[in-house]
Amino acid sequence: MTKNAGKDRSMLIQKEMIAKHYERLESAPETGEPVVYTFVPGNLTELVRSFGALPLLPEINALQSGMRQKSGDYIAEAERAGHSEDVCTYVKCDIGMIKAGNISPTGTRLPKPDLLLLSYTGCYTFMKWFELLREEYDCPTVFFHVPYQGDGELEPEHREYMTRQLREQVIPALEKVTGRKYDEDRLREHLMMSAQAEDDLVAVLQSAKNRPSPIDAYFGAVYYVGPIFSSFRGTPEGVEYYKALREEVEERMAQGLGPITPVGPMTDEKYRLVVEGPPNWTSFREFWSMFAEEGANVVASTYTKVGGTYDYGFRHDPKDPIGTLADYCGGCYTNINLPGRVDMLVDYVREYQADGFVINSVKSCNSFSAGQLMMLREVEERTGVPGAFIESDLVDPRYFSAANIKNRLESYFQMIDARRVEASA
Amino acid sequence: MKCVIGIDLGSTTTKAVILDEDAEIIGRGITNSRSNYELASAVARAEALADARFRLVSRNVAGELDQAALDRLSRAFRLEQTLGQLDRLHELIQEEVHSNGLGELKGAASETVKSIMRAIELEERAHFGLENPPQRSSFFRDAVGSAYTRFAEDVADARGVTFDLLLGLYDKCIIRVENEPMELGFAELISKALERIEDPGPLAEAVSKAAATELEEAAMVGTGYGRATLPFPKEAIRSEILCHGLGAHAMFPDTRTVLDIGGQDTKAIQVDGAGIVTSFQMNDRFAAGCGRYLGYIADEMNMGLHELGPMAQKSTRCVKINSTCTVFAGAELRERLSLGEKREDILAGLHRAIILRAMSLLARSGGVDDQFTFTGGVANNPAAVQALRDLVDENYGERELNISPDSIYTGALGGALFAHRLAN
Repeated sequence: MTKNAGKDRSMLIQKEMIAKHYERLESAPETGEPVVYTFVPGNLTELVRSFGALPLLPEINALQSGMRQKSGDYIAEAERAGHSEDVCTYVKCDIGMIKAGNISPTGTRLPKPDLLLLSYTGCYTFMKWFELLREEYDCPTVFFHVPYQGDGELEPEHREYMTRQLREQVIPALEKVTGRKYDEDRLREHLMMSAQAEDDLVAVLQSAKNRPSPIDAYFGAVYYVGPIFSSFRGTPEGVEYYKALREEVEERMAQGLGPITPVGPMTDEKYRLVVEGPPNWTSFREFWSMFAEEGANVVASTYTKVGGTYDYGFRHDPKDPIGTLADYCGGCYTNINLPGRVDMLVDYVREYQADGFVINSVKSCNSFSAGQLMMLREVEERTGVPGAFIESDLVDPRYFSAANIKNRLESYFQMIDARRVEASA
Repeated sequence: MKCVIGIDLGSTTTKAVILDEDAEIIGRGITNSRSNYELASAVARAEALADARFRLVSRNVAGELDQAALDRLSRAFRLEQTLGQLDRLHELIQEEVHSNGLGELKGAASETVKSIMRAIELEERAHFGLENPPQRSSFFRDAVGSAYTRFAEDVADARGVTFDLLLGLYDKCIIRVENEPMELGFAELISKALERIEDPGPLAEAVSKAAATELEEAAMVGTGYGRATLPFPKEAIRSEILCHGLGAHAMFPDTRTVLDIGGQDTKAIQVDGAGIVTSFQMNDRFAAGCGRYLGYIADEMNMGLHELGPMAQKSTRCVKINSTCTVFAGAELRERLSLGEKREDILAGLHRAIILRAMSLLARSGGVDDQFTFTGGVANNPAAVQALRDLVDENYGERELNISPDSIYTGALGGALFAHRLAN
């Protein structure tokens, strides 16, 4: 990868943050820091942190294992334990990792959970996943139910329903396992830091409205959302990271530079794309290269909103600490209905002046993939730009057919070219 | 004269189409794909160039064209090509016989091979001597392979030169024949072919004029499954999706939906009024629903690929097949046979199952619009075509279904049309 001094700084900060966090998790049994397992969409990191507990996110472990080529073995391990081929591969990767000694992607030992905090935001599999973990660890579980935005928005009673659960169930559960009293002022401090980082993240993501875009808002942006989606929202490290990142991106923007990709800096932005769906992690760089080699840059993506739709204006609000957590969870991308997702894609195509959009449909993720073809047709119809449909998987290397995906992408880019020629004739 | 070439390097066959300056087709060539992709495309190209020269011959004939004489010349030319390859095959097998430690069997093996080759040669001469030779695969490997197997069975000696030994020799050498370049083009063979036909009349002059015409290749575009391996610059490589769309449009200008079922994959394509692709879907993880699946079934049933469709058409009761997984095809087939189902009924079910998968891709790509064009090797299979007609009718109502007898060349034609645009 071509080095870029600006990019390296935020990358280094992130790498160090992650390494330290895993080290802290490893020593948690000795230091006595409580560990709370939770998921990315609808994570309550500020609340967890306000109790002095450490969050651990199993799907982040799974995707990190995927990127480090460890997921194939873990999945095989889980299948030997009886999990079928069609089960979510994040789940199998996590289960396999536990069976193989529960070593984190960075090589440290992972602690057992003191609490499984299940924030349900549209993914049914999360419930089953934590059932399996509860079986494994025999530890307390607390369930926070976020109503689905079936009608496209959340009503006041939905919010009331959520805040009541937070007060009556989640907070008492955290108090019990940590032995600390709920401290609202402390929570406010964390929320304040969250909002600060969220401002910077949105500036980074929206920099892609420029031509050329200084960032890749999908492949590049999965790194950018990493800290805020996982354990670092509402922390001083998180604030520092996003400040540094924003500075770097703004500098690139000022110089009119494109993003750094696995095949070097992008100098000719031939296609501006919007992407829907999570990336494939096991062949992440190869997948990205298939776009970068063709001069295709992603200017907006929905996947980078699974941990929060900040670009639509939401910020964690310290003035209403419990209410803001409810609002946050309700607005995660996974909790938005199909018309809402279509609206978002249409907005992105228009606002980011995209030439097309690509749906990466994930084989083992029904909750994400269901309805995607319908979305494709509707976005095509409403925007007039062509969509492409490719299929892969999250962390199962068996479901990444490079030749097939490359063929579809090449065909798609050539189709855009042919249509351009036709339009200019 | 200037011309352009499109080459479609498929998983089963490699096709080439040559267009003249007015984008009229002047030559087509096809060969079986092989491990050496570059050679496969060179062979297809040489075949198309030879075909183009024949076209020039017919254009060059002064006065009224004697079509029967031209056909005779064409068959004589094919015979020369076949004999050339046959000689080389024989040479290689003899080398193999003398070098692979057959011991005392060496002499007998050499003689047996000689007799087989002589028999094949006679058969080939007879075949091309007929005014209307019976339909058969146009690939040397298939035609000669089937004859070789037949004669080898007759002359094999269980205690000496066995059938397995003979077949082993053939298998080893046919691959070498296919993967080495041979001089079997128009320039090399046409004079010999001309000598073979009696009284060529004005053809002789037309032939020498055609042979003297320079065919200047102004542009070449490669497409197909193996396109990335073609030694072409990037701008001369086009996705087969685009090529099939444009090729189908050229064959049937009102086409809006194209279904291509090839050896390796199935594609459902929507095109606009200019043949530009607006949407497409491909099968993803499975070879099921492709030509390769039928090939597998043909092997399992010990039948020729081209015999499957006609047999399926004899069915009176289509068996419902759920799995079109290629890996399970054999098991599914044996299970059905053991249940007492008739072969034709099972085959009818298999054809329908393949088309059902294609229907799903069509639906995903945006449906079936009028007009609808079916391309690829499977479009030559009458049972597949019938199943498609039925299912399109059931799901979308009446649609005009176009199938060109040259549908196998659709991708290469699209490629050639892109080459024509590059050249102009």
